[in-house]
Amino acid sequence: MRKFALALAGAAALTVGAAQAADEPSLPKVTWPNDGVFGTFDRASLQRGFQIYKEVCSNCHALQHLHYRDLGPGGPGGGIGFTDEEVKALAEQAQVTDGPNDQGEMFQRPGRPYDPIARPFPNEQAARAANNGALPPDLSLITKAREGGARYVFALLQGYTDPPPDMKMGTGMNYNLYFPGHQIAMPQPLSDGQVTFSDGTPNTLTQEAYDIAAFLTWAAEPTLEVRHRMGTKVFLFLLVLTGLFYVVKRKVWAEVH
Amino acid sequence: MAAAPAKQKSKLVGWIDHRLPIFSFMEHELNEYPTPRNLNYWWNYGSLAGIMLVIMIASGIFLAMAYTPHKDMAFDSVERIMRDVNYGWLLRYIHMNGASMFFVVTYIHIFRGLYFGSYKEPRELLWIIGVVILLTMMATAFMGYVLPWGQMSYWGATVITNLFSAIPLVGDWIVTLLWGGFTVDNPTLNRFFSLHYLLPFVIVGIVVLHLIALHQHGSNNPLGIDRKGPQDSIPFHPYYTVKDLFGLCVFLLVYAAFVFYAPNLLGDPANYIPANPLQTPAEIVPEWYFLPFYAILRSVPNILFIPAKLAGVLAMFGAIGVLFILPWLDRSRVRSATFRPLYKWFFWVLVLDCLVLGYVGANRPEGMFLVLGRIATLWYFFHFLILVPLLGVFERPRPLPTSISSAVLKGAAAPAMEK
Ligand code: HEC
Ligand code: HEM
Repeated sequence: MRKFALALAGAAALTVGAAQAADEPSLPKVTWPNDGVFGTFDRASLQRGFQIYKEVCSNCHALQHLHYRDLGPGGPGGGIGFTDEEVKALAEQAQVTDGPNDQGEMFQRPGRPYDPIARPFPNEQAARAANNGALPPDLSLITKAREGGARYVFALLQGYTDPPPDMKMGTGMNYNLYFPGHQIAMPQPLSDGQVTFSDGTPNTLTQEAYDIAAFLTWAAEPTLEVRHRMGTKVFLFLLVLTGLFYVVKRKVWAEVH
Repeated sequence: MAAAPAKQKSKLVGWIDHRLPIFSFMEHELNEYPTPRNLNYWWNYGSLAGIMLVIMIASGIFLAMAYTPHKDMAFDSVERIMRDVNYGWLLRYIHMNGASMFFVVTYIHIFRGLYFGSYKEPRELLWIIGVVILLTMMATAFMGYVLPWGQMSYWGATVITNLFSAIPLVGDWIVTLLWGGFTVDNPTLNRFFSLHYLLPFVIVGIVVLHLIALHQHGSNNPLGIDRKGPQDSIPFHPYYTVKDLFGLCVFLLVYAAFVFYAPNLLGDPANYIPANPLQTPAEIVPEWYFLPFYAILRSVPNILFIPAKLAGVLAMFGAIGVLFILPWLDRSRVRSATFRPLYKWFFWVLVLDCLVLGYVGANRPEGMFLVLGRIATLWYFFHFLILVPLLGVFERPRPLPTSISSAVLKGAAAPAMEK
């Protein structure tokens, strides 16, 4: 019955092959330190990524599943390396509507760590009105919600080129190699020198795309490292247990064979 | 024999057992329960399925504590589980991948039965109860997949519930009943959650029946011949408890690999986009374990006066329907494919056919895929409805060993035995 396993593997390979038969170019083969079985986040890269989000992407995109506190040490998975003070200062930069107070009125106050990260638009209509009718999707799950994940985001941000001469572009649309159908409503958000990193890292487009993709991977699953760490322990435990039961099984069955 | 446990441990146990013979029962069904001595590792999958059911119920109950079945909150509540509930990500990945593992294990369990003829006399009801479990599992998994209310949840629910509208006369009425309205909406989510919570416990009940039927005649075995005496059997405990535990550990390693290192590999990325009734995804595909059935559904053309949609639905349910009557379709008295030189090959062709159907189901029914899907669908029904009955008559089985123990102890005539 070993044939069964082989046939299964064969079928899996076929399915994977078929999934790639689109007209978008294949994604660049980049890796991040958080990939792989023991992968952990590069906190400096995450912080640069957050800086890009804050300075560029947050003009159009929300991160609705994240709160300011998530960036600090108390956040799921231990945050992106900000201290509690940094998180507090960050939150205070935002103005939040709260209330009603005891007069029954809503009021504005500076943000606190437990507030959700401020969104650029109050609702979908406002977002569309500001973006030529297109809706900038929430980015907090984007690397999980797209085939290719972080590699897709990395490629997309660097995929802006001139359209081929025979292609008719819609008004306000931009040509992108990696976007399905190639016409994307988002204007090229990043370019060489777009952000000046506070840690002095060279601000090439590739570096920026790399860091924001890393940050968005974290945003989609802040507990990723915890998962990897626990996985190692569970695996070791199960391996020992498997070995143990194997020995016991041999021993118990010795007299039957 | 059943009156008192063989090895009475304490007075208390004896006192209870005299009034409530629970210990004798366990002693009888687990400890003394005679089992063929030659079961191979394909016999591990039944207990694995049982354990998966327990894992699904346990993880599901904890998920339900933090989940909100409302169309505006369901998606966010699942994300909250992933981020803010302590170990919520673990629970959710266990449950999500657990569904896949449950189906892997169950499908292997079913093909085991097909290969070794476990559906034959006197185990017809045992087999039929198993098929009922499969159907209930499918309903449960389908409704569970709707709960996170992502794009695939919503559109999968729309496509599948719409199938019922193909049924003449009552179709539309059934669809409205499923929806609780005129489209997939909040009432649909509510009733699916309720049923998703209920059905696993129904499965537990059916599993009990499955086990009662199993213990009536005991396990089949790789040779497919009946046990002739005590020399053919060993007690379930410790022999098969330890073997099942070893198998369980190996299985858990695979399961853990998914949960910890590739938790979203088997899922569709589109289900991380909140449901949007105004935007149909480019491809609507069900979870992998439904793909062969989805392929059958979409392969069938108009047949005479039956429109393609209805024909597809009939074929899809028929694909499981044939399993119900399989014990009477197979006329061969030899159970194990080991001794059936032709059936053995056609069994593997059927396995391949199901894999092809799964492959086709993941792709649009156009061009090559449509042709392949139709051929594979035809073969599926040809196998069960024509080939299996004919083989029972025309195939010349190889001679059976006289008894399990003779085959096992000689070693030579027991090709299916593991060393
Ligand atoms: C000027 C507003 C604007 C800014 C700034 C902006 N985006 Fe976008 N973005 C959009 C719009 C609009 C869309 C929707 C595009 C469409 O559907 O055609 C979009 C879509 C996307 C998508 C989804 C593409 C897909 O596959 O559907 C990603 C990923 C993305 N943006 C990432 C970013 C990142 C990262 C940044 C910051 C570096 C950023 N965006 C900055 C407006 C913006
Ligand atoms: C036969 C056993 C079961 C199967 C096959 C099953 C299957 C599923 C599936 C496929 C999902 C979707 C997972 C996802 O993509 O997110 C799901 C979600 C869910 N299930 Fe189950 N389930 C079972 C038992 C249960 C039980 C017993 C409960 C509750 C007591 C439960 C509660 C939930 C909840 C709350 C969700 C939504 C959260 C989520 O999507 O992760 N399940 N189930």
